[in-house]
Amino acid sequence: MSAYRRAMPSTWWLRNRAYFLFMVRELTSVPIAVYLILLLLMVRKLAAGQEAYEAYLRFLATPGMVAFHLLALAAALFHAATWINITPKVLVVRVGEHRVPPALVAGVNYAAWIVVSLLIAWIVMRG
Amino acid sequence: MPQPTITLNIFRYRPEQDQEPGFQTYEVPYRRDWVVLDAINYIKDTLDGSLSYRWSCRMGICGSCGMMINGVPKLSCATFLKEYYPAPVRVEPLANFPVERDLVIVLDDFMQKLTSIKPWIIPKEAKLLSAGEYRQTPAELARYKQFSMCINCMLCYAACPVYGLEPRFLGPAAIALAQRYNLDSRDQGRSQRQEVLATEEGIWDCTLVGECTTVCPAHVDPAGAIQQAKLATALDWVKGVLMPWGKR
Repeated sequence: MSAYRRAMPSTWWLRNRAYFLFMVRELTSVPIAVYLILLLLMVRKLAAGQEAYEAYLRFLATPGMVAFHLLALAAALFHAATWINITPKVLVVRVGEHRVPPALVAGVNYAAWIVVSLLIAWIVMRG
Repeated sequence: MPQPTITLNIFRYRPEQDQEPGFQTYEVPYRRDWVVLDAINYIKDTLDGSLSYRWSCRMGICGSCGMMINGVPKLSCATFLKEYYPAPVRVEPLANFPVERDLVIVLDDFMQKLTSIKPWIIPKEAKLLSAGEYRQTPAELARYKQFSMCINCMLCYAACPVYGLEPRFLGPAAIALAQRYNLDSRDQGRSQRQEVLATEEGIWDCTLVGECTTVCPAHVDPAGAIQQAKLATALDWVKGVLMPWGKR
């Protein structure tokens, strides 16, 4: 007599919503990685001279590239938001016997995210 | 009016006669105040005495009656038939564990993992009994109390795809219990537990799917415990780099 072992199907992540969203979160790394490669290529084109750089900018303005960048933005936003939603689990702040409400911990992170984003947007837009 | 009934599809595996497990269908009386465990007890008592399963307290304290109910790990004593009626209910043994027989799983791996994290208070120096009790303030109690509520029902292991794919993973309940003792002001055994915890198959195998916390009937939040252990371990590393002469 031996114990029966059930194999885990490769489609386990389709079994429920939480598993699926976890997999989506893991997969956001793919468009973000491709975006970073495109960004590094831009630096290379910039070093190659004005003509190469402008040709690259025209390539980035094609509809396919615009669509990809929107996808990468959505992936980055989803990843960042789920990351911040996790912070209260990791950062447990206690005042005496009481725990600072998780929503407040996440809220401070969201506020910091918005402030830093606005600061970067201001630096970029200024020039 | 005839008594309404509900259908239970129950996973059966009798190693002395079955090569492969299968499902057996039972028709049991439907009552609004019955939980799934009541229906299974009815089967055992009146329809089929050969059905095997674990249960004890039937009030969510003993942690024995965890089963997959329609694919979700739940305590069968706390899951009402009315949540599913009139649809049939599928009952299987907890996922990710080998099956001993019918709904009974082999829990040796869990037991071994649970003891590996030394789930008891390890003081730096043991006091004599005459020196009195180890005292603790309500604030010190509050730091670990949530993680001490675990009933060892193993629903979190059944919900964890990492444990399903990598059975070496220490797992949610064992790590939460380690964290419970690490956060206890009377305990100084953290460095001993780190040997098991701060490893690939300890906390670092966790990819934070978070379902362990969702299914936990005792609101322990094992996912939170694991991430807090990761943060503390990462801080150990930072301290070790910044102050290599310091004692860990």
